[in-house]
Amino acid sequence: MLAPVNAPNPLGLLAELTHRCPLGCPYCSNPLELDKRDGELDAANWARVFREAAALGVLQVHLSGGEPGARRDLVEITKAARDAGLYSNLITSAVGITPATLAKLSEAGLDHVQISIQDSEQESADHIAGYKGASARKRALAVEVVKLRLPLTINMVVHRANIARVSDMVDLALSLGAGRVEIAHVQYYGWALKNRAALMPTREQVETAVAEVEALRERHHGRIVIDAVVPDYYARFPKPCVGGWGRRSINVTPAGRVLPCHAAEVIPGLEFWNVREHSLQDIWQNSPAFQAFRGTDWMQEPCRACPQREKDFGGCRCQAFLITGDARAADPVCHLSPHHARIQELANVRVDEPYAYRG
Amino acid sequence: MDQPVRNVPGTAHPRLPRGVRLVHNEAQGGWVLLAPERVFKPDAIAMEILKRCTGLVNVDTIVDDLAKAFPGAPRERIHDDVVKLIGGLADKKLLEL
Repeated sequence: MLAPVNAPNPLGLLAELTHRCPLGCPYCSNPLELDKRDGELDAANWARVFREAAALGVLQVHLSGGEPGARRDLVEITKAARDAGLYSNLITSAVGITPATLAKLSEAGLDHVQISIQDSEQESADHIAGYKGASARKRALAVEVVKLRLPLTINMVVHRANIARVSDMVDLALSLGAGRVEIAHVQYYGWALKNRAALMPTREQVETAVAEVEALRERHHGRIVIDAVVPDYYARFPKPCVGGWGRRSINVTPAGRVLPCHAAEVIPGLEFWNVREHSLQDIWQNSPAFQAFRGTDWMQEPCRACPQREKDFGGCRCQAFLITGDARAADPVCHLSPHHARIQELANVRVDEPYAYRG
Repeated sequence: MDQPVRNVPGTAHPRLPRGVRLVHNEAQGGWVLLAPERVFKPDAIAMEILKRCTGLVNVDTIVDDLAKAFPGAPRERIHDDVVKLIGGLADKKLLEL
């Protein structure tokens, strides 16, 4: 075997504080097998993880879940992130965070809030979330965020049921006072993979939406920052997933397992280490899961000799495994992959069936 | 799109808004600007401008101060750099005027 590649400094830590969530979004990126409440890391352990992350060079921590508001010690955890010197970002459904909690989080040094919305039409939004009244609560919390002068990002996950309303959703974000909006086309892992046929838009819908986003960027330049996650089933080149395996980001699950990305546990045979047994630095540098696809030595053809290999890193390892059965294969989104036709076939499977809501 | 849409008057007092922080980080090799889900590495010129964006002084004063600190550069050129950088950052919600 080749010598391990030296680990670069990670920039971001995704802290999945809990997998519990009141919503049931059918595209949830959590795994199908959710971590249980009684196995969740406590606040003291999270505080240690944050200090170790900061020492590794991590700059930003994303407090996520599930719904982080389901943690009664969220304020304490947020304060620990700030005390460790990290920039803290709360990624919330807004359901389960009261204005009083939000004010305490703000006092504890929270830097930024991201609220997800499911649609600009409330009835559709609540149907997608599987939670009646969710939409109204999200809008109400967004108002509180802006009142506290905290910066607000609105995140909207785009799929067949709402793709026609991208423009309306950006207008909604503007009216709520968001400074930034994330338009994220569904990525097919976890629950989204399970619901792929019910979520998949058509190629024409995607092309229209992408053009619309470009026009919206131009129109709203200077008023709101628009970031977009492009839909990859219709792409010809793969995304540089998580900025390269074990290069930029670290994901810690509610139970303390440390993953190179939130979906990595779908890949069989990877050995994940836990923050209860190892320091974050040890895990980042030495754990088998982080070493598995770091650098380019693991690559096969067509990636191995590809001039893009240091730019897209062969795309997504999880997607390569999920579609081709081989985690070392090129991401089949790439037009050079021998499995590229399969991705196109899968994109054509669209069935209007009820969602399998996440558990 | 690269040209700032915002007019930057000399009397504006630019400052980092809440949620944008300039921090020094050894592991990342120096100063970084942290913003909502984004991280920027300012170059030396941007750093000279950014560290003066305290909300306490206006754009004209920042230009004067830089002209004093860098006597080799023409004031007009400094003014253009400052206005372009501050306007561009304000468009990206990284500065408040």
